[in-house]
Amino acid sequence: MADSEVLLETPLAALHKELGGRMVPFAGYSMPVQYPAGIMAEHLHTRAAAALFDVSHMGQAELVGEGAAAALEQLTPADVQALKPGRQRYGLLLNEAGGIVDDFMVANLGDRLFLVVNASRKHVDLPLIESVLPPSVKLRPLPDRALLALQGPAVASLVPTELTFMGIAPITIAGIEVMASRSGYTGEDGLEISVPAEQAEALARALLAMPGVMPAGLGARDSLRLEAGLCLYGNDLDETTTPVEANLVWSMGKRRRMAWDFRGAERVREQLDNGAPRLRVGLRPEGRQPARAHTAIKAGGEVVGEITSGGFGPSVGAPVAMGYVARPHAGDGTALDLIVRDKALPARVAPMPFQPHRYAR
Amino acid sequence: MTELKFTKDHEWLRMEGQVAVIGITDHAQTALGDVVFVDLPEIGREVTAGEAIAVVESVKAASDVYAPITGRVVEVNEALTDDPSKVNAEPTGAGWFFKIEASGALPDDLLDADAYNAFVDSLA
Repeated sequence: MADSEVLLETPLAALHKELGGRMVPFAGYSMPVQYPAGIMAEHLHTRAAAALFDVSHMGQAELVGEGAAAALEQLTPADVQALKPGRQRYGLLLNEAGGIVDDFMVANLGDRLFLVVNASRKHVDLPLIESVLPPSVKLRPLPDRALLALQGPAVASLVPTELTFMGIAPITIAGIEVMASRSGYTGEDGLEISVPAEQAEALARALLAMPGVMPAGLGARDSLRLEAGLCLYGNDLDETTTPVEANLVWSMGKRRRMAWDFRGAERVREQLDNGAPRLRVGLRPEGRQPARAHTAIKAGGEVVGEITSGGFGPSVGAPVAMGYVARPHAGDGTALDLIVRDKALPARVAPMPFQPHRYAR
Repeated sequence: MTELKFTKDHEWLRMEGQVAVIGITDHAQTALGDVVFVDLPEIGREVTAGEAIAVVESVKAASDVYAPITGRVVEVNEALTDDPSKVNAEPTGAGWFFKIEASGALPDDLLDADAYNAFVDSLA
């Protein structure tokens, strides 16, 4: 983005400033990368207690009308029609070549579907979805809603709900009516809370006033999701990667894999039958030196892949990374070289998540 | 102890005879955040002022550390290998990076503390 372009702000912009957030541009928004405590402390606190993240930059929308789930299924191999009221699911939007247009959350709210898409992709996703809708189904963007993520093992006692992992329901927190799902992007238990923009600050203040809740920024969000083995669109997923390559076949419904009735199905099916040329894997570099995104991965002197996300995992206490490698090199334990500043850093393919998930299943 | 000198690359140096002890400033460590790894130069390496000779990595990013003077690396702070957080805790003390024996006159653009602080303020 050009420097001259004006950054958007979330409804919590004033609060971020008050809390000392260090603001950076992200997907067209001015967002806090960290607060004075720092990324390490925010990360560790999320795993130990609870942290509040502003994720209002993400796109929220509703699909309303007869046949909404079937309409959305034209673009995703997720089983949306089987989603029961009060349940949410992770899915992928695909293009004709089976490439990933975005990853998203879809929830069945009974009378409508609720969608959360990536900030950087909402301008692509929403017109794409709109383009396949029958006249009976309407897409309603929800730009007047904020999204807060309260994450960590203390959340269950701080905000008790009836929800189980990936459950979603309207609840009241501190007198404010919100739509909460028991989900997140950290590998921890927690809630993602959609709230009208004008009540977002009051809600955030109420959550921050709860014992042991710390504000956390995009830096900790990134290191937490990396340890949890979760993909970041734009880094680990893009329009050239398929669900098979990205190791996200689990997000495809069984029924959908019988019918093959979604956009891009041909390529996905071919890769499932014959194997994908490359696969997303976890990588553990030896020692303490992190290997970052775009680091070349070599085996026997040949480039066999590239890191797409990498850094230091504060909870793992060591560097962690994920990336794509040619299929013969994707087995757990495979020794590879990461080329960091022209030197080969030894690493091994490792199972993900690096930090065990602790969801409230 | 002699006074610290500073560079516009946010490094400090303290002369001990002909040898400069070098590290990154408090401003630099604050901006970087939690340091998780430091890649130090080889002892004996001949370096030129302005050359990138070390790397400091925080959770979020990697940054180069430059030789502020021309000379030879005579010592590196091995303690940072096991505990890189010393860079955050004591940037101008136990968090030093390396020592360079100067091979000539010092650059004339080194800053004193007041000038460096004014430079940092000008960046805000």
